[in-house]
Amino acid sequence: MNDPSPPSPKTPCGGNCSCSGGSANASPPPGDDGSTRRAVLKGLGATLGVAAYAKALAPLTELTKETSMDEFLQKHYKELSKDEIATVITRLTQEAKEQYGADVTISDPKPQEGVKFGYALNLSICNGCRKCAEACHLENNHDRPSHQSYIRVFEMTKGSMDFEKGNVHYDHPVPQPDKYYMPVQCQQCEHPPCVDVCPVEATWKEKDGIVVVDYNWCIGCRYCEAACPYHARRFNWQKPQIPAAEINPDQSYLSNRIRPQGVMEKCTFCLHRTRNGRLPACLEACPTGARVFGDLNDPASEVRYVLENKRVFVLKEELGLKPQFFYFFDE
Amino acid sequence: MSRLLKQHPSLAWIALVVFATLCSLAVVWAQKNLGAAESAPVMKSQPKPEKHPVTIKPGPPTPRLDTGLKDAQGNAITAACSTCHSTTTPNTTRNTAHDLFQAHRGLSYAHGQLTCLSCHNAKDYDTLHLADGRSVAFPDVMTLCAQCHGTAMRDYLHGSHGGMNGHWDLSKGPRVRNNCVNCHDPHHPEFPLVRPVLPPRDRISVPNVPAEH
Repeated sequence: MNDPSPPSPKTPCGGNCSCSGGSANASPPPGDDGSTRRAVLKGLGATLGVAAYAKALAPLTELTKETSMDEFLQKHYKELSKDEIATVITRLTQEAKEQYGADVTISDPKPQEGVKFGYALNLSICNGCRKCAEACHLENNHDRPSHQSYIRVFEMTKGSMDFEKGNVHYDHPVPQPDKYYMPVQCQQCEHPPCVDVCPVEATWKEKDGIVVVDYNWCIGCRYCEAACPYHARRFNWQKPQIPAAEINPDQSYLSNRIRPQGVMEKCTFCLHRTRNGRLPACLEACPTGARVFGDLNDPASEVRYVLENKRVFVLKEELGLKPQFFYFFDE
Repeated sequence: MSRLLKQHPSLAWIALVVFATLCSLAVVWAQKNLGAAESAPVMKSQPKPEKHPVTIKPGPPTPRLDTGLKDAQGNAITAACSTCHSTTTPNTTRNTAHDLFQAHRGLSYAHGQLTCLSCHNAKDYDTLHLADGRSVAFPDVMTLCAQCHGTAMRDYLHGSHGGMNGHWDLSKGPRVRNNCVNCHDPHHPEFPLVRPVLPPRDRISVPNVPAEH
């Protein structure tokens, strides 16, 4: 390795240049030495080339049962025709049966015309029981071992609204007298930074205000997770593990179908429920009635009453992202 | 006329501007009125989507006391409140949780300065009574609660207080709403302490550590 000998004087450069005579970019000296080095370099180059080629083709070799050729060649959600989406859904249904042993129904509900969803949460009432997070966990077919949920409940010190200083790992009877509790989930921003940063347009904002992900188009780069100031996006580090009996069979393509490993996921206001007129699972689970959901475009809706009559604020308003999720207080 | 215009050419411009303004006003008026006339029959022709009902869960049934005895089928034998109360005169001096005895022993009671007979009807223990003395059946207890908790009732009626299930969009399906006493124990309306469920285990939400300074 550390050969102390100076460049060999037996291979003189031959020219009038100032080189020391032994460098590789000197013209190859005649004789056996030069041809051997060339052969070695050629061999090395060829090996590297073959290795790079093999690496480039590696994804194809990984097309096992988990990743079918159909999935690999699937188009972006927005480019799928009605027939194609039906084919995709059939495939996904079969995969759920093969991989999880569950009979599921995957729908593809579209935004309702003229409806814009809004969510409001009463901080005066929330007691931090995390029932909403649990309901989300069950409704959205989250990975069981990691306790994944789209909702994090922050235990906050009274007097502060900075949820970055909140604690999500509280484990004592709630509510504590000097604390309040702030559940945080996707705020369905008007100007979602997560959508702006996605390099492949795998996430976008729908007409009813819900930011969705095409789980089959997502490349798992996690840029959106980094961009979201509300920590609302989750990554599937593993293939979700859910016992067949616990799988929620009422699924939709853009919301709670079982996600593949290595993709991002997020709260969709339970669009498989809400686009069919139902209330989100977290609202139904709330034992305190702290959650109010409805159509922001309907002046008679419950959520509009809150916006017009309560003290309302949005998280990190200074960022200008215009969340469609509101927090409010009673008098 | 033409001589006037020759002497004052600016008059022609003023007349033009006035004419244009009148024209545009006429167009606006026409759009407003004729548009309304057109849209009215359209509104009539579209029937409003049928609304599904919002059901409020009824309050508790008339309470009965568990005597602790079982009948031949093994069912608990219960007695109506009036079984005892019809033969006793109300003891208005016993008003606090500490005072409660006999069948009421051990009742957790913390509801402001109210006494038993603030809500329970001394004339008929199978009903409740309002502040003005009118009796209220147990299932209609919300009327009673609303006497004091007006702001809560106001918010409830606007859908921003109280849990619910079903549909946000009543044209697609019904909704069921909780009654006051489904969530609040009328004798102890404050929510009890509860253990939180589903502690998070994900990698991002690390435990809150005080900032190092």
